[in-house]
Amino acid sequence: MNILIKNGRVIDPANECDDVLDVYISNGKIQSLGEQPVGFVAQQTIDAKNQLVMPGFIDLNASLREPGYEHKAVIASETKAAVSAGYTSVCCLPDTQPVLDSASVVQLILDRAESTDYAKVLPLGALTVALEGHTLSEMYALKKAGCVALSQAPNNNINAQVLRRALQYASTHDLLVILKPEDVLIKDTGCVHDGSVSSRLGLSGIPVAAETIAIAQIIELAEETAARVHLTGISSARAVSLLARAQLNNVTITADVHAHQLHLTELDVGTFDANYHTSPPLRSADDKDALIAGVAKGVFVVSSGHQPHDVEAKQAPFPSTEPGISSLETVLPLMLELVGDGLLSLSQMVNCLAYAPAQLLGLETGRLSAQAPADICIVDPNNTWQVNAENWLSRGMNTPYLGHQMKGKVTHTLVNGRIIVEK
Amino acid sequence: MSSSKQPASTSFKAPDSSRLQLDEQGRLRHFLTTDGLSKDILTEIMDVAESFSSVGQQAVKKVPVLRGKTIVNLFFENSTRTRTTFDLAAKRLSADVINLNIATSATSKGESILDTIRNLEAMQADMFVVRHSASGAAHFIANNVEPHVSVINAGDGSHAHPTQAMLDMFTIRREKKVFSPLKVAIIGDILHSRVARSQIHALNTLGVKEVRVIAPKTLLPSDTDSLGVHVYSDLATGLDDVDVIIMLRLQRERMGSALLPSEHEYFECFGLTEEKLAYAKPDVMVMHPGPINRGVEMDAAVADGPHSVILQQVTNGIAIRMAVMTLALGQAKGAEQ
Repeated sequence: MNILIKNGRVIDPANECDDVLDVYISNGKIQSLGEQPVGFVAQQTIDAKNQLVMPGFIDLNASLREPGYEHKAVIASETKAAVSAGYTSVCCLPDTQPVLDSASVVQLILDRAESTDYAKVLPLGALTVALEGHTLSEMYALKKAGCVALSQAPNNNINAQVLRRALQYASTHDLLVILKPEDVLIKDTGCVHDGSVSSRLGLSGIPVAAETIAIAQIIELAEETAARVHLTGISSARAVSLLARAQLNNVTITADVHAHQLHLTELDVGTFDANYHTSPPLRSADDKDALIAGVAKGVFVVSSGHQPHDVEAKQAPFPSTEPGISSLETVLPLMLELVGDGLLSLSQMVNCLAYAPAQLLGLETGRLSAQAPADICIVDPNNTWQVNAENWLSRGMNTPYLGHQMKGKVTHTLVNGRIIVEK
Repeated sequence: MSSSKQPASTSFKAPDSSRLQLDEQGRLRHFLTTDGLSKDILTEIMDVAESFSSVGQQAVKKVPVLRGKTIVNLFFENSTRTRTTFDLAAKRLSADVINLNIATSATSKGESILDTIRNLEAMQADMFVVRHSASGAAHFIANNVEPHVSVINAGDGSHAHPTQAMLDMFTIRREKKVFSPLKVAIIGDILHSRVARSQIHALNTLGVKEVRVIAPKTLLPSDTDSLGVHVYSDLATGLDDVDVIIMLRLQRERMGSALLPSEHEYFECFGLTEEKLAYAKPDVMVMHPGPINRGVEMDAAVADGPHSVILQQVTNGIAIRMAVMTLALGQAKGAEQ
C-alpha cells in the first residue's frame, strides 16, 4: 500500500525538520520526505494542508489494567484511546494481576494488543517478582519475551540493597530500568502535596523530600552500577535541579513528567475533588513552572501517567480514593497549549513525546527518516473540542477536564503504514 | 485551551465550601466546616444557641422544634462524648434519633458508605450527623445525599469539627462578650487536630485580634501561617498577653510515630501549669475539648482551677448542636417563638 501525505507541516526533530513537505509511504515504511520516489504511485492520498505531520507519540507510562483489572479498563479500550490521541506506541506498567513478571503474561498482553490492532503495546516487565521488592524477576526471560524495559512502578517499595542488585543485574542484560521516585516511608499515608492545601484540608501531605530522597538515592546507584535508569513522573522543582546536576556530571539518567503536572497545582484539589487525587501529587505553582522550564531545556520528556479507573474508585472520602487521571487523550492538547503560550516549540514538543522516548527505548520509530516504520500522527492544531462522555474513548472517565474545551485534535494516525485513525 | 472552568489558579483561594453548605437563599443547609462561612452565619448559630441554653434548666428539658424529624447519628469512628451530646441535643428538640456505630473496617470502601447512605435515605432520614476518620468524609456524603437531607460534620479526619469550634466560640462570647480585642492561643497537636482548624477559621471570621498556635514543629502542618495564625515554639512568648488559651488533646500514638519523645518532655515544654498561666492576662480563660490527659496537656490545678471553663464547654455543646440542627433543618423560626 502506497500512501502520500501531502501539504502538511512536517515536524521531525530527529531530522531537524519543520517544513511543508510531502511524505511518501510504502510497505509500512517511510520512503522519503519531499522528493517523490521513482515509480511511486499513491493508492491513497491524505491532504494535510494546515495540519501538523509528526512521528506517532510514544508513551513511557500507562496502566492498561489488563489482565486483572478489566472493570477499570482493557487493552482494547486504552490502545484505541491512545491511537486516537496520536500515540502509536504505549509502554504498559507491570501493575497487572497477575503482575507482568513472567513471559506468559508478556505474551498474553502482546497477543491481546495484536488482535485489537490499535497502538502498539510495549510491555514493561516487573523489576521484582510480584512487584514486591524482594526477589529479582527473570529479567532475561522478560526481555526475550518482548519487554522493552523493566519497572517497579507504580510503586517504589524496594530497599536500596535490592535496588542496587536489580540495577546491576538489569545492566548485565543492557535493560533500561524505569523507576518512580518516591520514598514510601516519607510518603507514608500522604495523599496530596505537603503545603497550604494539605494544611487547610487536614489531609496527610507528601513532602517534596519523598521524591528528592528517592532521586538522590537512585542517582547514586545509577552512577555506581552504570545501569540505564529512567525516572517516571517527577513532580517538583527540586527534582528538576537534582536531575540537571546529575546530567552535568554525566550520570546516565533520564526522566519524564506527566503532562497534567505541567498544568495543574495543589490548589486544583479545591474541596476534596478526587479527580485531582494523583500520584505523584499535584504540587505548587512554582514546581509546575520549574517542570515546564525543565521540559523546555530538554532535561526530561513527557509521559501520560495514564491511570484509568472505574467510577467507584473515586467515590469515597478523598484519602480513600484511588490516585490517578485517565490522561492519554488530553496530553496532546495540553502540550499544544504550552506551545501556544510560547513556552515550548513544536519541535521540542515532538521531541519529548516521540523522538526522545524512542531513543530511550532503542526504537526505530519516533522519527520520519527513510526506512523507519511509518508510525505517524496528523493533527489539526486549531480544532477545538469538548471533553465529554460521548467522545471519550478510555474506559476510565476519571479526568478533571470533563466539560473543558480543548484545542488540537488528531485527524489521522498511521501505525506501520496503515491508517488506523481517520476522522 | 480556553475553558469555562479553568483549573490551575495562580493565587490562593479558600476551598469553596460555602456553596455546598448554604442553600439558594444563603441559609445553612449542611454544616461541614467553619471555613468559608460568614460572620453572620456563625453569629446566628450562637444567637440561636443562646435561645436554647435555658432548655436544659427547665423541668421538662424538651422543645417541640424538630418533632417528626428523623436524625441519624452515623459514627464511622468511635466516640462517646460527641455522640452523646448530639443525641441529647436531638432529643431535646423532640426529634427521633437513631444511633449507628459502624466499624470503619467494614466500610473502608466508598461504595459501602454510599450504600449505607442510600439505605438510610430510603428510611426517610432528614439529617445525618457524621463522624469519620477520613478528612473530607462529610463533604463526600453531603455531595451525595438527596436534596432534602442535611449533613452535620461531627468530625472528619484532621479536617474539621465545626460544632466543637462553635461551642468554643459560644463559650468565649458568653465569657468575653466581644471578639475583636481578643488574643487567642491554641496549644498542642495542630497537625492532627480537626478542632484547631475549625477554631482558627471561626476565630478569624469572628474578627479576633490575633490567633496564635504554640507547638513543636513536628505537630505543625506545613505553611501553618497560611491558615491565618502566628506560630510560636514556646509558652513564655506565645502566652504573653493572651485572653484565651485553648489546649488540644495529645494522642498517645504520636510518641509511637516519632513525632514526640515522651509525654514527660511534652508536658515540660507545652504543658499548662499555674506558673505558665501567669504569662497570660490575669483574666485568661482556659479551654479544652476533652477528654483531658491531666499531667500531659495541663496540670489538674489548671484544669479544675478558676480560669477553666471546661465544664461550661460541655454544657454549651448541647445548645450549639441544638442550634445547628435547627438551622440546617430550616426550623429556626419555630425555635425563636
